Amino acid sequence: MMDGKEYCEYVSKTAPKTSELKTLLPAFCIGGIICMIGQGFTDLYAYLLPEAEESMIGALTSMTMIFFGALLTGFGIYDKIGGIAGAGSIVPITGFANSIASPAMEFRKEGIIFGLMAKMFVIAGPVIVTGVVSSVIVGIIYTIVAAV
Amino acid sequence: MEWWEYLIKYGKVFLVGGAVCLIGQILINRTKMTSARILVTFLVLGVVLEAVGVFEYIKEWGGAGITVPITGFGSSLAKGAIDGSKISLFHAVTFGLASVSAGLTAAIVFGFLVALIFKSKPKKL
Repeated sequence: MMDGKEYCEYVSKTAPKTSELKTLLPAFCIGGIICMIGQGFTDLYAYLLPEAEESMIGALTSMTMIFFGALLTGFGIYDKIGGIAGAGSIVPITGFANSIASPAMEFRKEGIIFGLMAKMFVIAGPVIVTGVVSSVIVGIIYTIVAAV
Repeated sequence: MEWWEYLIKYGKVFLVGGAVCLIGQILINRTKMTSARILVTFLVLGVVLEAVGVFEYIKEWGGAGITVPITGFGSSLAKGAIDGSKISLFHAVTFGLASVSAGLTAAIVFGFLVALIFKSKPKKL
């Protein structure tokens, strides 16, 4: 008989090791390509709307990337990309869109309100709460520093 | 701009964006972090980089390579709060969320519409 610790060692010794390079390279390349597509939209919007502020161009780019992230999730394509890219598909803003659209689709069968609308925030909820709380902290710190 | 200037610009975007995702993948491999934790970690990273004033420099060099990842979302939140703090405390605590309203609206509305239109396929294991 083996105790828990021995068993853990046994498992970590015998479990097939995925070569790290095989996960790092696709994450780097696909993440890089998604960012290049985003830069493409930024340049396109800057060209189409020369009067617009930089923040509006950035917001339009985010919205476009989020649109495609959600749409590709709908077609089931984004999850296929994610299977290869790992973090390369999670970290870009398209991954945030995927994290909302994917559970929303999956839990729709539990109803529109308690399924779709509630469950769409299982991953995005913590992200939004962390973001808003940390921005409030930054705002308060900057206000205090400016007053001192 | 000449064609080769675009090549360099987009090359930098690729390098920075790829590097950010590479760090994320290393975190996943080493710590078995879930995607929610990865997103939260990079969001906070973006907030901190913006708050200490480093984000601008990375953005100047890498463009969308740092703004398209969720770090850009964090940066916008912090930037809104910093800009608001120049006006009043009220603006300091509310401008953060206001500055990401476009992205959040898009994510919620498109996520909602996609879930209404498309049917979830059973996942193959």
